[in-house]
Amino acid sequence: MTASTTVEVGAAPAIDGSTEMSYSDAVREALSIAMTEDERVFVLGEDIGIYGGAFGVTKGMLDKFGAERIRDTPISELGIVGAAVGAAMCGLRPVVEIQFSDFTNQAMDQIVNQAAKIHFMLGGAAHVPMVLRAPTGSGTGAAAQHSQSLEAWFAHVPGLKVVLPATAADAKGLLLSAIDDPNPVIVLEHKLLYRTNGLVPAGNTRVPFGTAAVRHEGDDLTIVATGIMVRKSVEAATALAAEGIGVTVIDPRTLVPFDEDTVLDAVKATGRVLLVQEAPLTGGFAGEIAARIAGSDAIYSLLAPIKRLCGLDAPMPYAPELERASVPQVDDITAAARDLVRTS
Amino acid sequence: MSAETDAPQKPRRTRRPARRDAAKDADAPTMTEGPPKAPRLVADPVLARQALSTMWQIRRFEEAVDDLFARGLMHGTMHLSIGQEAVATGACLALTREDLITSTHRGHGHCIAKGAQLDRMMAELLAKQTGYCRGRGGSMHIADVETGNLGANGIVGGGIPIAAGAALAQKLRNTTNVAVSFFGDGATNEGAFHEGLNLAAVWGLPAIFICENNGYGMSMSSSLSMAVPRVSDRAVGYGMPGVTVDGNDVQEVFDAVTEAVARARAGEGPTLIEAITYRHKGHSKSDQNLYRTREEIEKWRAADPIGRFEATLLDAGTLGQADVHAVRAEVLEAIRAAIKAGNAAAPSRADELLSGVYAPVQE
Repeated sequence: MTASTTVEVGAAPAIDGSTEMSYSDAVREALSIAMTEDERVFVLGEDIGIYGGAFGVTKGMLDKFGAERIRDTPISELGIVGAAVGAAMCGLRPVVEIQFSDFTNQAMDQIVNQAAKIHFMLGGAAHVPMVLRAPTGSGTGAAAQHSQSLEAWFAHVPGLKVVLPATAADAKGLLLSAIDDPNPVIVLEHKLLYRTNGLVPAGNTRVPFGTAAVRHEGDDLTIVATGIMVRKSVEAATALAAEGIGVTVIDPRTLVPFDEDTVLDAVKATGRVLLVQEAPLTGGFAGEIAARIAGSDAIYSLLAPIKRLCGLDAPMPYAPELERASVPQVDDITAAARDLVRTS
Repeated sequence: MSAETDAPQKPRRTRRPARRDAAKDADAPTMTEGPPKAPRLVADPVLARQALSTMWQIRRFEEAVDDLFARGLMHGTMHLSIGQEAVATGACLALTREDLITSTHRGHGHCIAKGAQLDRMMAELLAKQTGYCRGRGGSMHIADVETGNLGANGIVGGGIPIAAGAALAQKLRNTTNVAVSFFGDGATNEGAFHEGLNLAAVWGLPAIFICENNGYGMSMSSSLSMAVPRVSDRAVGYGMPGVTVDGNDVQEVFDAVTEAVARARAGEGPTLIEAITYRHKGHSKSDQNLYRTREEIEKWRAADPIGRFEATLLDAGTLGQADVHAVRAEVLEAIRAAIKAGNAAAPSRADELLSGVYAPVQE
């Protein structure tokens, strides 16, 4: 074990024009900028108008942009996404809000069989520039049908891009890139992140897809974490630094496209890797990352087996103590990281 | 080809009230000026010839691909609309090039009727690079976006919400274009039908939903798959007009769609049209026709939409025998040319598989 200096790199750098704001405000700012700059952009979803969305993301946007472009819909997920697919094929830039990512199941035909495949299936003659945003993950006591993390499903479907913004700056910058993208993009926003704050660059500042962020630097271990686990992993890394364990935390930001190089370089440099996700272990995206590491020459740098710390292979329970026990917590990450470093 | 009988079950025309009671709501659409009329094909030799040619193009195209498949010269599977040509033809006759359609797994007819090129369609089914989908879609995903066909669909009902979205785009962009969704009777039992029609209705979208009721969802009789007598009865649940027409009468389809298109262009919202028709062939290549009788099939063959239309035109003197023969000969020649061009075209390219998944991002 080598002691190392850890460098907190945190969220966005404080540059001129950056403002501290919440994650949900950052999403709203991205939507507002896109709608102001491009009249093709409109938002549709359940209760996004006067109600402001189940998580308040579109609050106030109805007054600013009107009911045609902040389009309240019936409870009709399949219809909503289908309408977005059709509108996107006809030159508009729809941004769908699905109230909880669990409800994408109601719309899966339009997401998987239609949106994802149309560009390819039609030989490139059409494309579907649609964004689907959905609050995701556990932590609100909403139990099994309102708490899932389904990103691996979407990543498994060629034709979709999959985005997991972990900071307020990324919530804005990645969404602006998603709206610009000519392909269907699934943006999964962890609902516990909505009220977290961060520095957010002003204006139409996009964060490109396929570029991982290094959230913390250290020499002993690499943690690759997604979604809310980025924040928890940085917290764990900070605690471990006090113990003399240096942890690099990588946030892939987008699962599709995936920035493999940044992950492999960090694994080579540290020799140990811990993969952290909230989604259940089996069939999760951490398994894909593990396979990419194992299938590359980074495997020769490993001092210990690749370790995954994931949600339990169980539906999300209601009771708060059970819910906490179902997904990795900061202490779990700290312990797993410490164990990995000390035993190899 | 006999044309002396009407379709075996001459459908009754039904009309459902608009969502609100016109007497109670002055804003509700009214029919006081009478619905706009489609031109009478028997009185318009140019249009009649066009409609007849379209119907023959669909028939001969499908006979040709059926034959190529039987001889092992075409692979995959296909769903033939032989016997249903009047629906696609009559409907698309009421549309402009800019109007949009979504189609079905049984979609060759819609594609042809909307204006696609036979050679690019044939090339697609022959799995060639010059095909509409570069050989990636085949029969079930045939599309010609240039002529407003957003695509056939392998998922029953899949195109219905997409058509609602296409119509929404026309509304938001302030065009006068409409979006037409074709689907079968089987699709009307899918959730997508309910959601697509409901969205179009509550948003007053310029959409026309055309159900090609050929009596069967694969092998399931529509009399067993729904508890109302007519698909058009379902329109009342969405507050839109619903009408049932003889889908083997090209004029009757043309009339109904013309009226629905006028309503849609005028901002009066969507319409559900049920066109009663019949597919002469099986559902797909695996069909052994165990669920219907030879007598039933023969009865409907006698009500063939092309034979009926030709007889009507000849009786009225709109076209002469020589004109009809000329149409048939032209179509046969076009199909032969399409097969020849398709066979000569380069095969589809495996090196484009990965680069074809995502549209390139503009920097």
